[in-house]
Amino acid sequence: MFFFIIRRVLSTIPVLVIVAIIVFLMLRLTPGDPAASLVGNNGTSADIANIRASLGLDQPLPVQFYKWSLQLLKGDLGESYYMKRPVTQLIGQRIGPTLSLSFLTMFVTILLAVPLGVFAAWRHGGWLDRALMGFSVVGFSIPSFVIGYLLIWVVALHWQLLPVQGYVPIAQGFGGWLSHLTLPALTLSIIYLALIARVTRASVSEALSEDYIRTARSKGISELRVLTRHALANAAVPIVTVIGIGVGLLIGGVVVTETVYAIPGLGQLTVDAVLGRDFPLIQGITLFFSFVYVLINLLVDLSYVVLDPRIRY
Amino acid sequence: MFKRVLSKLILGAAIAGAMVGAHAQDDSKVLRIVPQADLKILDPIWTTAFVTRNHGYMIYDTLFGLDGEGKVQPQMVDTYSTSPDGLTWTFTLRKGLAFSNGKPVTSADVITSINRWGKRDVFGQKMFESMASFDAIDDNSFKMVFKTPFPMVLDALSKPSGIAPFIMEKATAETPADKQVTEYIGSGPYVFKQDEYSPGSKIVYTKNTKYVPRSEPASGTAGGKQVFVDRVEWVILKDAQTMANAISNGEVDLIEWMPAEQYAAFKANPKLELVKPTPAGLFDLHLNHLVPPFDNPKIAQAAIMAINQEALLRAQLVNKDLYRTCTSIYPCDSALASTDSAYFTGKPQFEAAKKLLKEAGYDGKPVVLLYPADFAVINKFPPVMAQLLKQAGFNVDMQAMDWSSLITRRTMKEPADKGGWNMFITGWSTGDTMNPLFFPPLTGNGEKGWFGWPTDPKLEQLKTDFLKATDEAQRKKIAAEIQLEVYATGIFAPLGNFDFYSVLRKGVVTGLINAPVNVFWNLKKN
Repeated sequence: MFFFIIRRVLSTIPVLVIVAIIVFLMLRLTPGDPAASLVGNNGTSADIANIRASLGLDQPLPVQFYKWSLQLLKGDLGESYYMKRPVTQLIGQRIGPTLSLSFLTMFVTILLAVPLGVFAAWRHGGWLDRALMGFSVVGFSIPSFVIGYLLIWVVALHWQLLPVQGYVPIAQGFGGWLSHLTLPALTLSIIYLALIARVTRASVSEALSEDYIRTARSKGISELRVLTRHALANAAVPIVTVIGIGVGLLIGGVVVTETVYAIPGLGQLTVDAVLGRDFPLIQGITLFFSFVYVLINLLVDLSYVVLDPRIRY
Repeated sequence: MFKRVLSKLILGAAIAGAMVGAHAQDDSKVLRIVPQADLKILDPIWTTAFVTRNHGYMIYDTLFGLDGEGKVQPQMVDTYSTSPDGLTWTFTLRKGLAFSNGKPVTSADVITSINRWGKRDVFGQKMFESMASFDAIDDNSFKMVFKTPFPMVLDALSKPSGIAPFIMEKATAETPADKQVTEYIGSGPYVFKQDEYSPGSKIVYTKNTKYVPRSEPASGTAGGKQVFVDRVEWVILKDAQTMANAISNGEVDLIEWMPAEQYAAFKANPKLELVKPTPAGLFDLHLNHLVPPFDNPKIAQAAIMAINQEALLRAQLVNKDLYRTCTSIYPCDSALASTDSAYFTGKPQFEAAKKLLKEAGYDGKPVVLLYPADFAVINKFPPVMAQLLKQAGFNVDMQAMDWSSLITRRTMKEPADKGGWNMFITGWSTGDTMNPLFFPPLTGNGEKGWFGWPTDPKLEQLKTDFLKATDEAQRKKIAAEIQLEVYATGIFAPLGNFDFYSVLRKGVVTGLINAPVNVFWNLKKN
């Protein structure tokens, strides 16, 4: 397994190289000039030309790419055109809120979705099963900002229980951190709950129809143990896969929820960078996301070894 | 029942959080403002972005300001004089001026700062073209000597926007004008808390205890800039509904620019107060004179005749309280506004426009109208304008893009069918439009000027005459002539005036100053 991990880590390098080339070219070949954005509405063509020169954007593409590649090899993702701060610092500032929101969302989701899915599979065709199916359709269909606004209206504005917006780092107090993230996490967890509960239900349903379940029951094992130790354990692989995809999506940018709740996460940073054509920031964030996705996929693959002893690398 | 259980859970978590050591602040001394945009660029000399300008007013001061009536008043300057021939201007700084790090403000700081500003600002460049020398007399006094009289020195040094001439420390102001500064020490009413700067989230300022306000009451960007709170937080909220929720819930205290779609809701909310601290802004239709068809003034006039200000403004702003039709190129409540607008009435004149197109030999080629679909402040205008132009006889190609693509596309000088453009719409604040010499689109020097690049020697001469004018009556007369020339050439045309409302928590926040730009001193939180 050690060599499997090494091989997977090494395989991220060509992935990152390809991503770097694609994102570099896409940015420079699509419409939009960061110099024009930087100079403001009052600037003239001459101002824009000066800024382009100062940013090195007037140089040939291969020269620009060469300089950026050299920087990358030194581990330097460059500096934001706007904020004049290292891209790594800006990502570092935003990763906290994003990870906090992702963690809390997944915690709530898994806590609710997996048991609901298992129970729905156990009582296939029953009222909970039907309710869950209905809920999952609704959960997928309602846009996250609608859920967000509804929760804000009821919980924050009418009941005055939680704040409307903002983020408090956990270092400034667990209560503040939790109270600011509760509504955003609930908003997102409704969508992921719908997805993961449904996948759990399908996966566990399939497992419950297997012979080993009949054997377990005939041996007099309690139903709870049958469901958890036998059915869920064997159904875990697809569930963990979907959870992994969900975590990747959460980290990658839940921009709408971040906007509604004013959470300064990576999603907002990405959108702002794209709208402003902040090339170094877009490039840096894209590479960061690529690395994160590869890492999550690796962790999910490694979890299969734990969940299913038949899987060996 | 559910609400009780939920509230107990949340209360428990909150208490636990409080015990971990969240430190509280006296909320009455912390003012939370939602600024008009995120603050990403911190150098107000390097960029013309309004939010950066506002940041500049927080931490820097200026030699002169404009009071509530638009008159120039000394700010950092104590006394000043002009030689009888108008060529030498001498200034003395107020005593006791200091930067927030305790260092005194000296002539060297002023000269270096104004020099840097003069390299970036168009009007500053004009001033320096006429200047022979700019030197210190001593630590507190300095003088400007001109080659030819430059009557608008005080107008330049009190310029509220575009780029305002903020005074920085000498070492900071020595940063080349094409690079951003990296130190943010000013002598203004607040101190920028760089360690708490979190772009996209929060910008924090604290009271500058070294600041020496003038004794007069605060007025415009002049007078005594008193600070009655310890801390100001700019809370970045991008969503209009989130802003509305946050101020209703008391989580923020002031919204700098009210989103137009929230006007009815805010007006009906008894906890909130709407005020208009700045004069009206305006929207303009800008035409490209470098390429056909608007290189022909008659065709440009025909396009301007298609404008229906009421329809355009209603589409964009909806509520009549938020806008006014106005045929002047200056805001209608400004000193230079003129009702003499030649053929332009602000109402559609389709038949007259069609007649002009026929006379001018318009060939029916599509005119490209740039449409910034993501820019909520102006994105309702283009579809309405496109329809109006069609009714006036134009063939219109409205091309949707994001704002960033638009401001790139407008730099293109090629014909419209080869990647160029013919027209776009944008908005301006009073600080930009109150003076024809401050307003970038008012240009007649071809490709050296602002986008649209009209060539109009008469306009440039009128601007020079305006610069040399020695009294307000003369300036008003020339301003009116400039307006007529703009319409004659068809450089641009106003779509109307709009009001910037700020929203305050009623009874909680008081003291918002009327000024040409949004300023945040003098505010009290009860």
